[in-house]
Amino acid sequence: MLTRLLSGDTPRSGLLTLLLVAVLISLAFAPFLFPGTKSLETAARICIFIVLVASYDLLLGYSGIVSFAHTMFFGIGAYGTALALSTSGPSYGSLVWGTLAGALVAAVFALAIGLFSLRVKAIFFAMVTLAVASAFAVFVSQMSWLTGGEDGLNYKIPRELTPAFKLVQEKVFGVRINGKLLAYYLVFFASLMLFLVMLRIVNSPFGRTLKAVRDNAFRAEAIGYKVVWYRTTATVLSAVMAAFAGSLLAIWLRYTGPATTLSMEIMIDILLMVVIGGMGTLYGAVLGATLFILAQTYLQNLMGVAAEATSAVPLVSTLVAPERWLLWLGVLFVLSVYFFPSGIVGRLRAGRA
Amino acid sequence: MSDTAIKPRIEKVPFREQVLQKLPVLLVPVLALLGLVAIGNPASWLTLTVAGLAMGMMIFIMASGLTVVFGLMDVINFGHGAFVAVGAFVGFTVLAWLAGWTASPSVMLNLAAVLIAILAAMVVTGLLGYAFERVIVMPVYGEHLKQILVTMGGLIVAQQMIYVVWGPDELHISRPEALQGSVVFGEAAIEKYRLVAVAIGLALFLAMRHVLKNTKVGLLVRAGVENGEMVEALGYRIRRLFLIVFMTGSALAGLGGVMWGLYQETITAHMGSEIMVLVFIVVIIGGLGSVEGCFIGALLVGLLANYTAFLAPKVALISTIALMVVILMWRPQGLYPVVKAK
Repeated sequence: MLTRLLSGDTPRSGLLTLLLVAVLISLAFAPFLFPGTKSLETAARICIFIVLVASYDLLLGYSGIVSFAHTMFFGIGAYGTALALSTSGPSYGSLVWGTLAGALVAAVFALAIGLFSLRVKAIFFAMVTLAVASAFAVFVSQMSWLTGGEDGLNYKIPRELTPAFKLVQEKVFGVRINGKLLAYYLVFFASLMLFLVMLRIVNSPFGRTLKAVRDNAFRAEAIGYKVVWYRTTATVLSAVMAAFAGSLLAIWLRYTGPATTLSMEIMIDILLMVVIGGMGTLYGAVLGATLFILAQTYLQNLMGVAAEATSAVPLVSTLVAPERWLLWLGVLFVLSVYFFPSGIVGRLRAGRA
Repeated sequence: MSDTAIKPRIEKVPFREQVLQKLPVLLVPVLALLGLVAIGNPASWLTLTVAGLAMGMMIFIMASGLTVVFGLMDVINFGHGAFVAVGAFVGFTVLAWLAGWTASPSVMLNLAAVLIAILAAMVVTGLLGYAFERVIVMPVYGEHLKQILVTMGGLIVAQQMIYVVWGPDELHISRPEALQGSVVFGEAAIEKYRLVAVAIGLALFLAMRHVLKNTKVGLLVRAGVENGEMVEALGYRIRRLFLIVFMTGSALAGLGGVMWGLYQETITAHMGSEIMVLVFIVVIIGGLGSVEGCFIGALLVGLLANYTAFLAPKVALISTIALMVVILMWRPQGLYPVVKAK
């Protein structure tokens, strides 16, 4: 049953299983295990980014395509939901149609970009997506009459998902059961479901073919698979998944703006998460996203301590200043591309064999 | 007797094909004319055209290194923007040191300060290019996926190092006295600095063409683009050639960075990745690996960006994307495809 749920793709490593179960349990009971607003925010971010990073891995790890437009699809999903909620009021109906519309637009965009530029080279696709994504980000911030520009959109979501709504009057295990908690579980279960769907996709015959295309496109073509079709479909699927992740973020934050969805920084974060976690395996996305966001939230405090401790040494203290955490992750990223391109997960799996 | 001698027969290229080959060159004047029609007012058209040419030249300076590196070694450097930013920061630091020179009314001192700043920036970015090639690019030759990832990682690290060295704030510097202000032609006011930028860009393009067409190094580079293995088989160390080209490309990016910085008068650590978008569009339009294509692409992008910024400011960046799409519909490999699609 469990194997079936995981589509036959078990972690295949004791330590990895342990880590994944730990992540799952921590996320499932996050409101009870780690009370407090900040930790709940972190948990929800982790859930959403697991989906986002896994959908990117579908492209990078499974199809060998580098895209820099993933935040664009993420943003399209988020703006779809946000626009629907802000124009037609906070109802479940508008939430659903906004999400679906966002996913549809993302799919159309991905199809257009894919058909247009996947025929040539991997590098070409990377450059075209980079250009298109930055143009899109600028475009969105200039269409202020529709998207709120740089300020973004604030909107209401259905009342049952806001902190004002109380499901149970008393506290349960010292935690208030309110709308925020329901929203968290909505995010959590939606993320879990999307993740399992993606696991299903990559372990289907379609996923196997994608890997074949990645490893040797020429041979796959010779055997009779339409390489362009497979690559384009992978791009579209990953775009749709990213759009769903964006919708979840829009619901959770009740705010959508260029900085939270479209910025290049987020694209780089996603890239780091995929590579550090492990390309070509969706479990890598789980570990990568979890570690990265924990580092983003908590490593900075640690580095602050280190910076204070070394404040006497001039250069070192600026190097370990909390704002410079991305520097170290960048170094880690380069090193991991060289020395363990299969990331943490690949390392763990190799250790077992 | 002379009737029997075998004459070498040079096939004449049909006129139609000759025209087709030259067609991309005509795009620039055509675009400029379209701009004139759309804008209507010749004075503002002249100002915008010079601005567009200046911008195009600066983009060309930054993009040329990237495209030659790609053509020669099939390496695309996503970290190229880092050189632009580092060059700008080094140049600005030097100009800040020479504040006395830049503020003085003497034109010679002004230009000397700018020249020293440019040289310093080019030396630093050239050396940085050396380190980048050895440490970051060399281990991943031939693997596109890793190249993209690793050079992107290099960009992140370099940007963060800029923060470490120069602090998180943006730098401001005003242009030297001699480069401020504008020249008036009839009703059109043209900034002096833009004319200088056009002159430098044009000189650089001609110099590059000369080196590539008329010198031995240029010959080797062109041969390397065509068939690297053959060049190696003839006994030339193509790796070393590539290193030289990579360093030159990085130094040019540094030059472009200083010029762009002086144009904007403000620089940030992120300027490199912002400009890279335009640089990539230019490289794609021109055809990966082609210097001429890159030049034409840069001019087209520069002109179009300035015309649309005047006519419809909101769609400026979108218009360059649209240009890219149109060009690729016409020529899927760019204007002058040099490297065969692999």
